[in-house]
Amino acid sequence: MINIPSTLKISFRALRVNKMRSALTMLGIIIGVGAVITMLAVGTGASERISKQIASVGSNLIIILPGSTTSGGLRMGAGTQQTLKKEDAEAILKECPAVSDVAPVLNGAAQVIYGNQNWSTGVYGTTSGILAVRDWSLISGRPFTEQDIRNATKVAIVGQTVADYLFGGMEPINQIIRIKKVPFTVIGILEKKGQSPIGQDQDDVIYIPVSTAQKKIFGTHFPGMVRSIMVKAKSTEDLSAAESQITELLRQRHRIGPRQENDFTVRNLTSIMQVAEQSTKVMTLLLGAIASVSLLVGGIGIMNIMLVSVTERTKEIGIRMSVGAKTWDIRLQFIVEALTLSLVGGVIGIIAGIAGSQLLTALAGWSTIVSPLSVILAFGFSGMVGIFFGFYPAYKASLLSPIDALRYE
Amino acid sequence: MALIETRELEKIYELGDSPVHALDGVSLSIDHGEFVAIMGPSGSGKSTFMNLIGCLDEPTKGGYLLDGIDVSKLNRDELAEIRNKKIGFVFQGFNLLPRTSALENVELPMLYNDTTSGKRRERALTALKALGLEGREHHHPNQLSGGQQQRVAIARALVNDAPLILADEPTGNLDTKTSIEIMELLVRLNQESNITMILVTHDPDIASYSSRIIRFLDGRVIRDENVRKT
Repeated sequence: MINIPSTLKISFRALRVNKMRSALTMLGIIIGVGAVITMLAVGTGASERISKQIASVGSNLIIILPGSTTSGGLRMGAGTQQTLKKEDAEAILKECPAVSDVAPVLNGAAQVIYGNQNWSTGVYGTTSGILAVRDWSLISGRPFTEQDIRNATKVAIVGQTVADYLFGGMEPINQIIRIKKVPFTVIGILEKKGQSPIGQDQDDVIYIPVSTAQKKIFGTHFPGMVRSIMVKAKSTEDLSAAESQITELLRQRHRIGPRQENDFTVRNLTSIMQVAEQSTKVMTLLLGAIASVSLLVGGIGIMNIMLVSVTERTKEIGIRMSVGAKTWDIRLQFIVEALTLSLVGGVIGIIAGIAGSQLLTALAGWSTIVSPLSVILAFGFSGMVGIFFGFYPAYKASLLSPIDALRYE
Repeated sequence: MALIETRELEKIYELGDSPVHALDGVSLSIDHGEFVAIMGPSGSGKSTFMNLIGCLDEPTKGGYLLDGIDVSKLNRDELAEIRNKKIGFVFQGFNLLPRTSALENVELPMLYNDTTSGKRRERALTALKALGLEGREHHHPNQLSGGQQQRVAIARALVNDAPLILADEPTGNLDTKTSIEIMELLVRLNQESNITMILVTHDPDIASYSSRIIRFLDGRVIRDENVRKT
């Protein structure tokens, strides 16, 4: 019968007697666990940020751009040809089953004036579909109506940045602003979205009806022309289906023969960003793996100290054996000592790791997230390190012959 | 039935090329309540004999019955249990755990059986008190005199109510006055509690406290005599 409370008592006393040594041994584990938690927090924080940015751009997003013009053998690049029309967008929504929302976009930079304030911003002619496509909502006011689009009314929805620069603290709804000197009534304000994955301010934007943009702001050679069409697929699984449905539909609508190249480009934004998200996850794992090496080194430190401890306390082991300590009494004593070192080190390491992550956030501005899983993982791992590296010294101690141990000086 | 019964005990150490017969066929019988002194020059095998009957070492050959149990057939853990229940050790160098209070040293043998912690404390305190160590319970060995340390060791040997105490040169590190005190203590325990005492010594004065003297030479018993107590 092994007496657990007494074993704990014996082990704790041994650790207390060698305070300095116990503390230094623990330091290895503290650094190991702290590093694992901090690294995982940095990685998780980074991938969380990317996921948020992906969500802020709009999930399951596909962008259609016009093809390139060819001028004297020179291909001018995507978007130089003016082949996309507002009607294409309407057709996509109607005929592609994998698509849930669609928004044609005709955009450009323009100077905007309100009272004595002015601001240069991106002006986007679009439809009410833009809000659904980009998972965006209004904090006040109303979206565009069918009538706004049909009648090319002069109404505008402004982003937070624009609202801040033009109106300061004032209420923008129903105010009149001038875009390229044309007066518009502000009918809505977008909620704040923050930066895009490539660092653009997504709130520096004004939406106006696409028809108004075509007729009053960005005059075009071809009636109904738009610069791009944004499409939202029904789900992530529908993305590639949506892509091929759109391609087929547009080829048909643009009367492109079987051997001819597309006069448009379909880009699946979400899948590109998911790749970025994947790579941060890989990075998180890598960081964690590197940090685990230091935990392993800490474990070897424990084994080293326990081996020294066994040699140093050979006589004590002999005394214990002479009064009746059995094999597992001796083994457990040393295993519990090693386990205590690693678990106490683990707890302090967790605290150090959380503090370290917060320090990184405060000093370097990195977003870090300490996930409960990483804490459980680090704690469990340090416990395993204790048992694993504590067992060999314990085993060695238990094999001593009582008389040899007693005679040891 | 005898407490200790050995039959042709042999212990051979392999040192270098030639085996050394530390014990060369020892057959002895010791009864309950005896006070035996084992004497002999160094290398005579008396310490080897003690280690064997103390179950700290295993014989190369021969049989050993302790309280009717054939010890030679037991494994490590069973031997540990025998040491815990049947034998108390008193060593020349005291062998107390350093940086550990007298009380906890005495509690030590009870950590390795089923004694509850309350009972442990109670019995350790009683044993210390019986040996005149009241007030020293929380002293560490290095705060105690040699005689006091040896009394803590005796208390530790007594605390599991073992029928046998093995003392290996118990007074070897003590001055004459303290030696007499310790020996008188052992005699008293032998007479009052009927504890069998076996002590190893090379000091005739110490041996004279016993009622039977067994002399060893070259791994054999050369003389075994009962002496009349003065």
